[in-house]
Amino acid sequence: MSAHEMNLRDWLTSDDPETRMQARLGQGFRLARALARNPLAMVGLAVIVALLLIAAFAPWLAPFSPTEGVLANRLQPPSATHWMGTDELGRDILSRVIHGTRITLMIVVLVAVIAAPLGLIMGAVAGYFGGWVDRLLMGFTDIFLSLPRLILALAFVAALGPGIENAVIAIAITAWPVYARIARAEVLTFRNAEFIAAVQMQGASSWRIIGLHVIPLCLSSTIVRVTLDMAGIILTAAGLGFLGLGAQPPLPEWGAMISRGRSFILDQWWVATMPGFAIVIVSLGFCLFGDGLRDVLDPKQRSKG
Amino acid sequence: MTLTQTMTQAPARKLAQRVWPPLRFVLTVAVTFLGLLAITFVIGRVVPIDPVLAVVGDRASVETYEAARQAMGLDDPWVVQFARYVGDVVQGDLGQSVSTGRAVADDLARVFPATLEMATLGILIGVALGVPMGVWAAARQGTWVDQVIRVIGLAGYAIPAFWLGLVGLVLFYAKLRWVGGPGRIDIFLDGMVPVRSGLLLLDSAIAGNWEAFHSAFSHIVLPATILGFFSLAYIARMTRSFMLEQLGQEFIITARVKGVPERVVLWRHAFRPIRVQLITVIGLSYAGLLEGSVMIETVFSWPGIGNYLTTALLNADMNAVLGATLVIGAVFVAINKGSDALYRLLDPRART
Repeated sequence: MSAHEMNLRDWLTSDDPETRMQARLGQGFRLARALARNPLAMVGLAVIVALLLIAAFAPWLAPFSPTEGVLANRLQPPSATHWMGTDELGRDILSRVIHGTRITLMIVVLVAVIAAPLGLIMGAVAGYFGGWVDRLLMGFTDIFLSLPRLILALAFVAALGPGIENAVIAIAITAWPVYARIARAEVLTFRNAEFIAAVQMQGASSWRIIGLHVIPLCLSSTIVRVTLDMAGIILTAAGLGFLGLGAQPPLPEWGAMISRGRSFILDQWWVATMPGFAIVIVSLGFCLFGDGLRDVLDPKQRSKG
Repeated sequence: MTLTQTMTQAPARKLAQRVWPPLRFVLTVAVTFLGLLAITFVIGRVVPIDPVLAVVGDRASVETYEAARQAMGLDDPWVVQFARYVGDVVQGDLGQSVSTGRAVADDLARVFPATLEMATLGILIGVALGVPMGVWAAARQGTWVDQVIRVIGLAGYAIPAFWLGLVGLVLFYAKLRWVGGPGRIDIFLDGMVPVRSGLLLLDSAIAGNWEAFHSAFSHIVLPATILGFFSLAYIARMTRSFMLEQLGQEFIITARVKGVPERVVLWRHAFRPIRVQLITVIGLSYAGLLEGSVMIETVFSWPGIGNYLTTALLNADMNAVLGATLVIGAVFVAINKGSDALYRLLDPRART
């Protein structure tokens, strides 16, 4: 190991950082090092990175078109040319699965972007103000929490109409309450801390305190929870697609592909099973990574399964 | 809270402590049910299908349209409409189903036992396998046993139920012929057993029709096992973490130092205290199975509430969709809150 590298490590793990940036980088370094010690989390990370890369380079990676097939080649079993076989329209299933990563990634990101901030703000506001604001917001949250998520999502999609955007909205509506609960619990642990009182005395407005001091502290537990929830979001989206309520054909959405393959399941098993493997691998990746992330970022949550 | 605050509030608190928790619980349950009703009400109102047009047809004059609209009460303030909706639901009126032509409530009463039967068998399988697996994983923490059980548990979060159902059908029905195919019973036996409880296994056993019992069992075993697998994942995970919490305590060390056999330490010393916590977990996963059966029922053409819901969804039969949502939601809330109440009753520590 060179002297330069040694210095960098010392600088990162220094106990008294000189700048804010050094402290942050050091924290990130310690976190990454702890995470790297968990082999399962690394497997999860590898899956997520692979998903991102495949989604980014889908048109170049896919050997065939995801939407146009050769009817003469319909329902071919897996072979050297078609690794996952072809479907009932002669489309290459591997190419469709590869393009499907984009849809899955889009759904997951959109749900996270809608639901997490919504829950975070609700929880932070409830925890910071306390009193009747807390009771009102948390009462509302608890009602949503105690209802079945999948069924609610189904009912919302039924009302909004099938389609990928509506599926995202329906899943997001059912996903935010968990984040609100977690954020509130987190806020309560430091609500009466001195640094909050100090900012208050400097004359900061409530919204400034919530935005700049409360929410940043809730981020890590929310990120852990979002990562752990990703698998559930993917499964729900695939389930909606399977029922014909999510992404519509000819979009290569994995759940919808399984649904199409159902008709040939007994003779052409690959049509329905191949997209399923993709779902399992990606969800498992998020589960493993989320688990590892929780152990590192949020050790007190560890025992709560 | 400071010490003085606590002391001045003490007498008032003591009285409140007795009356408030049960009252609060009842109120919470009532509000949750109202919230559920509000959600189905709102969903029913935002549907782009115009209920008036469905009655008068799209060639009706403006006057006819308005008259029908008023007759249906859609002119009333939404509070009045909501109150009417709650009143109807409380009286068991969920409206007519467009696709079956019957009252939604009757339809639901007919299909519900099939779901109940499958979910109950599923939870039995999940508990019978999940609890010992969790205990085993905790006892062998950090070893390969623990890792394998952890991965099985995670698989329960990562595998789509409908896909596992399809794979199971191909493997165990089509290829191996170990189990019956889709549906509740072989077609030639359908309707041969008098309906008493609606639970086919129970009914055929009561009737002494063992051929029907065998057929029903071969049909239910695969979907119930798959459902059970998903509850197993959660139950094993929670059992493991509860057990680890117990095993880290000092009385366990004392017992081990005394030379108590490990089996007794595990099951008598560590497992006993967590039984009450497990009730909540099992309740939660039972409720989850009722929900999870929606997907499984679709795959296995199981004539339960999930199948009813998805069929209604595809036919845009909104009364049936909302009715089924309401019933599944209500059962879900009831089991949830029920296990919560049971937990408070059984565990003295929760009775604060």
